[in-house]
Amino acid sequence: MKIAVCIKQVPTREWQPRLREDKAWIREQDASFELNEPDAFALEEALRLREKHSGEVVACAAGPARVQQVIREALARGADRALHVDDEALASADASITSAALASAMADEHFDLVLTGLQSDDQGHAQVGVMLAERLGVPHSTIIMEVQIVPSSGPGQAARLRVKRELEGGWFQWIGMPLPAVLTIQSGINQLRYATLKGIMAAKKKEIRRVPLPPGLAASQRILGLSLPARSKQTKMLTGSAADIARELARLLRDEARAL
Amino acid sequence: MILVVAEQRAGALNRASWEAVAAAQQLAGGMPVKAVVFGEATDNAASELASAGLDVLAVDHPALAGYTPDGFTQALQQVVAAVSPSYVLLPHTYQTRDFAPMAAVRMGAPLVTDVTGIKGSGSSATFVRPVFQGKLAAEVRHEGNGPRLVTFQIGAFRADAVQRGDRPGGVTRMEVSIDAATIRQTPEPPFKEARQAVDLGQAERIVAVGRGIKSQENIAVAEKLARAMSAEVAASRPICDSGWLPMERQIGSSGQTVAPKLYVALGISGAIQHLVGMKGSRTIVAINKDADAPIFEVADYGIVGDLFEIVPALITELDKQ
Repeated sequence: MKIAVCIKQVPTREWQPRLREDKAWIREQDASFELNEPDAFALEEALRLREKHSGEVVACAAGPARVQQVIREALARGADRALHVDDEALASADASITSAALASAMADEHFDLVLTGLQSDDQGHAQVGVMLAERLGVPHSTIIMEVQIVPSSGPGQAARLRVKRELEGGWFQWIGMPLPAVLTIQSGINQLRYATLKGIMAAKKKEIRRVPLPPGLAASQRILGLSLPARSKQTKMLTGSAADIARELARLLRDEARAL
Repeated sequence: MILVVAEQRAGALNRASWEAVAAAQQLAGGMPVKAVVFGEATDNAASELASAGLDVLAVDHPALAGYTPDGFTQALQQVVAAVSPSYVLLPHTYQTRDFAPMAAVRMGAPLVTDVTGIKGSGSSATFVRPVFQGKLAAEVRHEGNGPRLVTFQIGAFRADAVQRGDRPGGVTRMEVSIDAATIRQTPEPPFKEARQAVDLGQAERIVAVGRGIKSQENIAVAEKLARAMSAEVAASRPICDSGWLPMERQIGSSGQTVAPKLYVALGISGAIQHLVGMKGSRTIVAINKDADAPIFEVADYGIVGDLFEIVPALITELDKQ
C-alpha cells in the first residue's frame, strides 16, 4: 500500500504573534516552527497502516525551504521518503494554491491512500485535504477517528476503505469508499510516536524530492491585514502574589459575579 | 442574491443555519436573501425557513437522503448554476467542512471559511476570520470569479438576530439530477459512542483543564479546586485525547456545549473548538501562563501566571469561608 501523508510546518504554540511591516503576514524571522499537530496524527496513522498492510509512506509538503525541518522529522519518525514543493511564495499561500501545488507533485505517484490533518494551526482553513481529493479525482472523508482497510472479497473485488467519521456533539458515523482516497485525520486518533536516535540517523539518508511550484496558480483569497482579535469582553486582569490574587478572585467571584 | 445553505437532519434545522441567515442579512446591503435545503424530504425544514419570511429552494432527491460530499456537491453546483448567487453562505459545521471545499474546486469558486465577522456589505464586503489558533484575526477578501463561498463559525452570529419577514416566504421545488453511481461514499447510520454519564450542561460551575495541566497526576489539583467550588471537572480536547479524563468530560465542538454560572479555565489556551463550547458561560475565569492566549478574550477575570501557584492559594482562600 502506497500512502502519502501531507504535512505542514506552523509556528509553535508558544510563539508570540509579531506582524510584518505591511501587516499582511507575520514576521517569520521571529517565529520558531513545528509540525502541525493534526498532521502528526495523520503521519502516525500512515505509519501504523504501513506496519499492518506493508508498503511505503511518503511525506508530502508544500512550503518554503524552512519546511525541510518537519520533513526531516517525518522521515525520522519513519516515513520512507518525501516530496517537497519548494517555493517561498507557499509560506502564506491559501488552501486553493496549497492543494493545487500538492496535487501537481502527487499526481504521478498514484498513491492508494492520502492522509492529512483536519486543519492547520496557522491559517486553519480546513480546506486543503478536501480540495486535494477533488483535484486528484478521488473520494474523501473528513475528521476521521479510525481507518480500516477492508480486504478484497474475491477476484475482481478491490480492497475498500471503512472509516469512522466524527460528527458534532459526540456522534460518529462509519463511511465506506473505494481506494484511492483522501482522508483528513482528527487529532487524538492514535498515540504519537517520537523519533528515535536511530530514526534520526536513518532519516539523513532518505530521499527528499524537490518539486517546483507550477506556474499560474491563482489564489482564491487575499489577506488584507492581520490584527490582534477584538475583545468581546472587558477582562479584569488580576496581578500580585498568588495569595493576593486568590483573595481578590474569591472576593470578585462572591461579591461582583455572585458565582460562588 | 445571497444563497444560504441551511442544514437539516430528520426535518429539523440546526441553530447554525439560522446564524448563517443572520450573517446573510448583515451582508446583504440590499441584496435578496434566499435559503436552500437539501434532503430526501425537505418539507418541514423548508416551511420552517419560509415562516421567517425567506424564499426557499427545496431540493429533494433520493440520493440526498443521507449526507455524502459527492451528493451534496452535485446538488449545490446545480442550484448555483440555476440561480447564479453572488454569495453562497454556509454554517461552518462538520458537514459543511466535508463538502464545501470540494464544491468550491468543482465550481471554480473562492471559499473563505470559519468567518467571525463581516466588514461592509454587498460586493465590497470583507471577512474577518481567526488565524494562528485565534492569536490573530485576518481580514480577507475573495479573489477570482464565481460565486463567493463563505462559512461562518458556530456562535459568531446570533440566531435570534434574524429579522423575520411580515409574510411567509415562498417555497420553490427544484429538480436536480444526480446519478447514484457517481456517489462514491457509502454512509452507515450515525451512532453515539458512549452514553454520557455526566451531563455537564446541568452543572452550575465547571473547572476545566487544558494542556497547561501538564500531566495526569496534576488533574488532582483541578479536582481539589472543583470540590472547593462545588464544581464539575471538565477538559479541553487534548486532555481527553490523552486519556487523562474521560471523553464525556470534553467541552467544545466535538464534546459538550455548556453555559454554567462559573467556568474556570486552567491552562486552557482557548482554541476556537474549545471556545464554542463554553463562551456562553456567565462568568469566565482564565488562568494561563501565556498572556496572548485567546482564552483571555472571553474571560471576565484573567490571571497570567502559574496555575500550580494560583490554584492552591485559591483553594486555601475558598476553604477559609
